[in-house]
Amino acid sequence: MSLIDIQRISRLYQMGTETIHALRDVTLQIQRGEYLAIMGPSGSGKSTLMNILGCLDTPSGGKFVLNNSDVSVMDDNALSEIRNREIGFVFQSFNLLARSTALQNVELPMIYAGVPKSERHKRAMDALSAVGLADRVHHRPNELSGGQRQRVAVARALVNRPSILLADEPTGNLDSKTGVEILALFEELATKGNTIIVVTHEEEVAQHSRRIVRLRDGLVAADEILHKNGAAAPETPVFPPIHASAHAGPPPVPPGAH
Amino acid sequence: MNLSELIENCGMALRAVATHKLRSMLTLLGVVIGVFSIIVVMTAIRVLQDSIETSLSQFGKDVLVIQRNPAISFGGPEVWEKIKRRKRLTPDLGELIREKASLVKSVGMQNGLFSGEVTSPYGKTEPSFSLLSLTPDGFPAKTLSIVSGRALNSSDEENGRLVCVIGSKTAEALFPNSSPLGETIKMDGISYLVIGVLESKGAMLDNSQDSVVIIPLSTGMNRYGRSPWGLTILVQARSQETYNDAMEEVRGILRTARKVPPGEADDFEIFTNDSLIEQFRSITFAVRVGAALISSIALITAGIGIMNIMLVSVTERTREIGIRRAIGAKKRNIMTQFITEAIFLCQVGGIVGIALGIAGGNAAAYFFNVPPVVPVDWAIIGFLVCAAVGVIFGTYPAYKAAQLDPVEALRYE
Repeated sequence: MSLIDIQRISRLYQMGTETIHALRDVTLQIQRGEYLAIMGPSGSGKSTLMNILGCLDTPSGGKFVLNNSDVSVMDDNALSEIRNREIGFVFQSFNLLARSTALQNVELPMIYAGVPKSERHKRAMDALSAVGLADRVHHRPNELSGGQRQRVAVARALVNRPSILLADEPTGNLDSKTGVEILALFEELATKGNTIIVVTHEEEVAQHSRRIVRLRDGLVAADEILHKNGAAAPETPVFPPIHASAHAGPPPVPPGAH
Repeated sequence: MNLSELIENCGMALRAVATHKLRSMLTLLGVVIGVFSIIVVMTAIRVLQDSIETSLSQFGKDVLVIQRNPAISFGGPEVWEKIKRRKRLTPDLGELIREKASLVKSVGMQNGLFSGEVTSPYGKTEPSFSLLSLTPDGFPAKTLSIVSGRALNSSDEENGRLVCVIGSKTAEALFPNSSPLGETIKMDGISYLVIGVLESKGAMLDNSQDSVVIIPLSTGMNRYGRSPWGLTILVQARSQETYNDAMEEVRGILRTARKVPPGEADDFEIFTNDSLIEQFRSITFAVRVGAALISSIALITAGIGIMNIMLVSVTERTREIGIRRAIGAKKRNIMTQFITEAIFLCQVGGIVGIALGIAGGNAAAYFFNVPPVVPVDWAIIGFLVCAAVGVIFGTYPAYKAAQLDPVEALRYE
């Protein structure tokens, strides 16, 4: 059973009288332990797909099964719980709470999960140590460098032991050196068996992953596996059929046409 | 909501208030004024009430007090004109009650004569000591007891002797090193022989009971006139049960004696400890209602201010709300967070208002020279009202915050 099983989902937005198909028909399976990049130009639907994968949004049609539960029919409360337990977000602009310390930021998901104080503290400290910030726990975000902020965000994302680490342009606001560090951290996490999905438009970032799903005009345009030295590909890569070519949709539109 | 979340919410609220100090302070001003106005009035009234109750407690529980003038009146000039035309009370009326009333145990009479300095060969008092004339039966009615020597008796009264019983403070001031019994004191140019000293009333509350010189009523009339101005008749009922009947009996005797036509109001005042306190309460009721009204208007205005600032806060923190939702906050988590913040804001203002109000109200205590009071019940009410204002006016902004779409909120710049 796949960790993520997406069957023919679509997402429509109503903009005035116009209907926008952000996602037309996407089918995708992701196994536990995969390190996957979702790529595509702007307007390709990758943000929409990320929002759906992150349970921030629900598809207009199709079915999304995450860890054996059908997310596409859940209500807001249930989705909040799924986000809390199953998903760890890492954002381009870090999205830490500015007035809280690193430790408080990392503790926050556990507060919503109802973890008792002592355990919360211990787990938050462990998570911050794991990303190399044991000596920065009482610093506020504005006292940390960009790379350190993103590490706090990674610690926060992982502290509830989610099924997926979902990163949206995680290196977008970092200089290239720090970006490489964060990607190295992802690499390390992937080796330890975390499932990581990175949404990016940078080929370089995507090349660090082991599988790249390319979107175009709300459809999966390509799904390729990367064979790299030392990094083993997922053991049972069941590639879903690429519907883009098989589906009778409108002809491909050049990027940026939307 | 679990405890951790509550603590986290309070911490966030504190940080939010601390971040926008000026803004928070201006918003809180309304709450402060609202709470202050109610607390200051309630404290002041309680101080006055304490003061009045203390001065009343000089009479025993089974005692009816009869006076020409009302104890408290806030009436206009026409009311006073009417009171001024009343005939004075005379000692004959007291005698009449003693003769005719069957439900009455004793009748005492008291008259305040003079206030000033008392001297002895050994010292003198401050010029605030009072000279009081009293019949022997007035002692039990005023719950006075003698600690040394004897009380005034009927022989002193009949003969108009120049004797006196003095309060404990008077004794202390005039005879610091020796017994006052058998000594002579001088007040208002007249010398009196000290025959007894009163037990102290526990000076803390009301030391006027201890700084007195008491002489027989007849002695006072000889010196200060046969027709005393402020005569007070103190009637002790036979028992607590017949107290009300005794009051009606006495009222009837007085009305007949003073020829008050049926249907007319009494031309004298007859009151008890309870009725006086009751009267005071009914007079201050209007003041209290007014204060409550003003403060509720202030609190509603304050509430609107708080709602406004909370709405601004929600907009400013849209992104924070998005982050919280992304990492698992439910709508109700967001809702409670913002309501907690509104309550917190109100409570800060409430505490300041309560503190200022108690301080301001106790200025009255200082003025009336009575011990300060802390109206705990009103402080709690003020606290609860602030919480209610926070809930009522924080709910809509909190609801708005909770309804934000997480995707949109995260994208908000």
